[in-house]
Amino acid sequence: MIEIEALSVRLGGRLVVHDVDLDVGAGELVGLIGPNGAGKTTLLRTALGLLAPAAGRVRIAGRAVRAGRSPIGYVPQRHEFAWEFPISVEQLVMTGRSGRLGLLRRPGVADWRAVAEALERVRMSELRERPVGELSGGQRQRVLVARALAPQPAALLLDEPFTGLDMPTQELLSDLFASLAREGRALLMTTHDLAAALYGCDRLALLNQTIVAAGAPAALAADPGAWMRTFGVGERSPLLRMLEAAA
Amino acid sequence: MSPGEFVSDLLNPDLAFLYKALLIAVMSSIVCGVVGCYVVLRGMAFIGDAVAHAVFPGLAVAFVSGGSLVLGGAVAGVATAVLVAVFSQSRRVREDALIGIFFVAAFALGIVVISRADGYAGSLQQFLFGSITGIPDRDIATVALAGLVILGLLAALHKELVTVSLDRETACAMGLRVFWLDLALYVLVTLAVVISVQTIGNILVLALLVTPAATARLLSDRLGLMMLLAPLIGGLGALVGLYVSWSWDYPTGGTIVLVLTAAFLLAWLLAPRQGVIARRRGGGARR
Repeated sequence: MIEIEALSVRLGGRLVVHDVDLDVGAGELVGLIGPNGAGKTTLLRTALGLLAPAAGRVRIAGRAVRAGRSPIGYVPQRHEFAWEFPISVEQLVMTGRSGRLGLLRRPGVADWRAVAEALERVRMSELRERPVGELSGGQRQRVLVARALAPQPAALLLDEPFTGLDMPTQELLSDLFASLAREGRALLMTTHDLAAALYGCDRLALLNQTIVAAGAPAALAADPGAWMRTFGVGERSPLLRMLEAAA
Repeated sequence: MSPGEFVSDLLNPDLAFLYKALLIAVMSSIVCGVVGCYVVLRGMAFIGDAVAHAVFPGLAVAFVSGGSLVLGGAVAGVATAVLVAVFSQSRRVREDALIGIFFVAAFALGIVVISRADGYAGSLQQFLFGSITGIPDRDIATVALAGLVILGLLAALHKELVTVSLDRETACAMGLRVFWLDLALYVLVTLAVVISVQTIGNILVLALLVTPAATARLLSDRLGLMMLLAPLIGGLGALVGLYVSWSWDYPTGGTIVLVLTAAFLLAWLLAPRQGVIARRRGGGARR
């Protein structure tokens, strides 16, 4: 569903990621892991069609990616959003359909139905009238997922969905992402939460400028060398101890 | 002066300028109230202030050459707004610095231009602080028409403007033309400023944009309600301000601004959920 092929991206003349190959199939939840500055956000932005590749290509559902045209939803980090804006949960989710609706068109029955479904999907229906400023961190994350789901995309890109959330909330979200994948969507998420990634994702990709290693969590956990190269840590790093436990 | 006397002055044909000033002040307050909701919610108050400065050279040129003030201000303001929108696409110099450069430069240009005119000091004061006399009839029609166009365009772009205001990156990913939407909003803010400058003045116009919208925000958690309350507060403020200024012979622009500021302070104290008093009683915001 998401096909990234031999991708290189330059930002301000500097090669930020190079020769990245990564596929996310329908029904798959893939975790993108790497240290700060590894190029995770750049990769996501290119996959959304916001950055032009220097080489290689991104295809979504078999066609070259184009912002607003490709069936792909984006869930940004929570702090990217203006939560103080006076708008209800339901209205926020409706803005997810702005691109598809087009200029001068008002939401119709199909749009409201899609919004109701998206809210139901993230279990936020009963809070649909609530001003977004009053939501908790986990509720905010779920509402952003609902906004991304509102145009009914085939693929979802999520940027650090777990950051700053407590354990029960993370677990709730993990379950949500897994079930969104089971329904046939392709999900690619960046995360710093290795435990959630190891146990929640179908596959992991280790990124540092390029894909260092990719595979099933259990297989990757058994390859400490790949993690040492990705994160630039030594053999005594607690990271490797944690992997031993997971393998 | 009693409100009754004020009404009879308004209807007095010898004092026709008063009636015209009221019309223009109320119309521009309504338009600024609606536009101001975006200015306040997007943290664009600095841009609003800057636009107000930027229309000045256009007003000065129009004044010196005897052209239409509304048209001159609009051209200058829009030109500067476009410059900032274009230059701010490069991320090396931040938007606020660019605004600081271009808009103040525009203001400086206006001062140089108007110094060429006779009666320099008097006209300068009129531009900076507003005046209720000498409004030509055609300006009423221009302001009414411009106001309707501004409100119509805001309504047409509402969905997109909200989407961009919430989160630019995702709006881009949805395929919205964020640059053009920003530009449209800057231009609409500029036009709202231009139609208001005459009565309230170049320096004080910022209050029409920011104060009623901020007051409305204190009173509401709903964008739709906020966009109804802000023009209502602005329009009433203009009416009361003009009445007070006419009765006690205060400067009009300054009086309107003080009335609006008083309304803001009242809302700040008394707002049902966000107000200081409501919070002290424990009925404040759920957070």
